[in-house]
Amino acid sequence: MHELSVTESMLGVVLRHAEANKATEVTAINMVLGDMSTVMEDSVRFYFEIIGKGTIAEGAKLNFKRVKLIARCPVCGKEFEVVEYNFRCPDCEGVESEIISGREFQVESIEIN
Amino acid sequence: MEIEVLEGVFDANEIIARENRALLDENGTFMVNLMASPGAGKTSFIMRTLEGVKGSLKSAVIEGDIAGKVDSEKIAATGVAAIQINTGGSCHLEAKQVNHALIRLDLEGVDLVIVENVGNLVCPAEFKLGEDLKVMILSVAEGHDKPLKYPLMFSESDVLIVNKIDLIPHTDFDMEALEDTVLKMNSRIVIFKMSCRTGEGVDAWISWLSKRVKSA
Repeated sequence: MHELSVTESMLGVVLRHAEANKATEVTAINMVLGDMSTVMEDSVRFYFEIIGKGTIAEGAKLNFKRVKLIARCPVCGKEFEVVEYNFRCPDCEGVESEIISGREFQVESIEIN
Repeated sequence: MEIEVLEGVFDANEIIARENRALLDENGTFMVNLMASPGAGKTSFIMRTLEGVKGSLKSAVIEGDIAGKVDSEKIAATGVAAIQINTGGSCHLEAKQVNHALIRLDLEGVDLVIVENVGNLVCPAEFKLGEDLKVMILSVAEGHDKPLKYPLMFSESDVLIVNKIDLIPHTDFDMEALEDTVLKMNSRIVIFKMSCRTGEGVDAWISWLSKRVKSA
């Protein structure tokens, strides 16, 4: 059920921006989805088909751009792709790495008429 | 025509989480967001915690469940204020639901609010509630291999409670492997091992939590 409320929020963001731009139709929704997000593309598509009905976004194409899980070691500055959720720095073994990307679920842009 | 949006889908939740934070700060209240699978021992853990801080901290509990009020009745029977949120099928609590509950609770004089999230190791990790601490429970019966299956929960939590340690002799549970995997994902996580059934290990958690609440 997670993706239902997430898809509702996503649709809310899309419609708000579409209406602010006086759109009559949303033809595509371009999203960024991090590899560490728990959101499933397929479920979002499934729910969107249902809850998008009757809105100006009905039938819009959903595009997902996947973003890799990247962390940065604050000790040596190394940026690395996190494999199997091991956040230890591959260069200096530092353990304090911060996530730079991979958590996001963002509406990047919409295509409207 | 392409319109730039650049808006996170969780932004709306995070705005309300910040409102919750402000409301808690105004009242000097510390909030714990407790997350675990169904059956890991969330309610028993809350009962142990309430018992442990009784007399030193004034507590309240917000219970999130898909349906029913079994848990809040159990808590209310101890004399602690408890509010039930029924999510009606949703698998996690959102900041808005907690906001309504915080307003219903009279926070004045309340030192500690424990929010029992819906039993689930996936979705609750995505939704900030405005809490001071994210605490998760993993029970021995679930197995030591869970961190790699539910990485977001383990990497987001500040505290990991390993519950039901009295069952270890009857299982293949490997504590060292668990700690090794979890610490690689999240070096700042604090781990407590306990059995809410026997009470073993509960004291260490209570004294750590009490210090955190008082220094917040």
